[in-house]
Amino acid sequence: MSLTISRAMVNQILEQARAEYPDEACGVILGSLGADTPKRLKPMINAAHSPTFYEFDPKDLLALYREVDDNDEEIVVIYHSHTETEAYPSRTDIAYAGEPGAHYVLVSTREEIAPATEFRSYRIIDGTVTEEPVTILD
Amino acid sequence: MTTAAIEVRIPTILRPYTKDAKVVSADGADLKSLISDLDRQYPGLAERLLEDGALRRFINIYVNDEDVRFIGGLDAALKLGDSITVLPAVAGG
Repeated sequence: MSLTISRAMVNQILEQARAEYPDEACGVILGSLGADTPKRLKPMINAAHSPTFYEFDPKDLLALYREVDDNDEEIVVIYHSHTETEAYPSRTDIAYAGEPGAHYVLVSTREEIAPATEFRSYRIIDGTVTEEPVTILD
Repeated sequence: MTTAAIEVRIPTILRPYTKDAKVVSADGADLKSLISDLDRQYPGLAERLLEDGALRRFINIYVNDEDVRFIGGLDAALKLGDSITVLPAVAGG
């Protein structure tokens, strides 16, 4: 279990997280069905507009899944930012995690570590969090 | 004779209940009875959709393009040919 991702996508996620601060930023990276390779980054609107919660709008969610189906893609990565805490899944993240096949990426833009950032990836299955190594390709 | 004619799309996380089927068929004049029928066919599925008799907060159910929360929730009327989509919310803290 590991995630391999391009530097460009990592930077794009971190830039989105900083741009949407103090709200949490969120999105997905799609890839071809079964390939487990992140190919197409799609920022999503945090419908909660909150520093402590994120949620895809239910209409956006349906449109996303239809698009993924139509393109024979899958959701490879689901990412969101933590604005004041470390890049580790919160209890809420674990309770909501509904994609057993996805890499859950968390980034943190918290002030103590700025301008540095954290970028970490996890599997969250049946309430169990397993961190996995991330390989960033330049 | 019953002809199950409402298509229900099942998300990955619930496919262990449907023997990995992505699309199943069920019957019901409203969402509540459709879920009962699903649970008869796939025992345990209703508990993953409902909590204390209401839709679970982190499950979204759509009738065609409509979020059921806006069209009556469990009382949402269904008709032959409707397409139901169940999706886990993507959310967290």
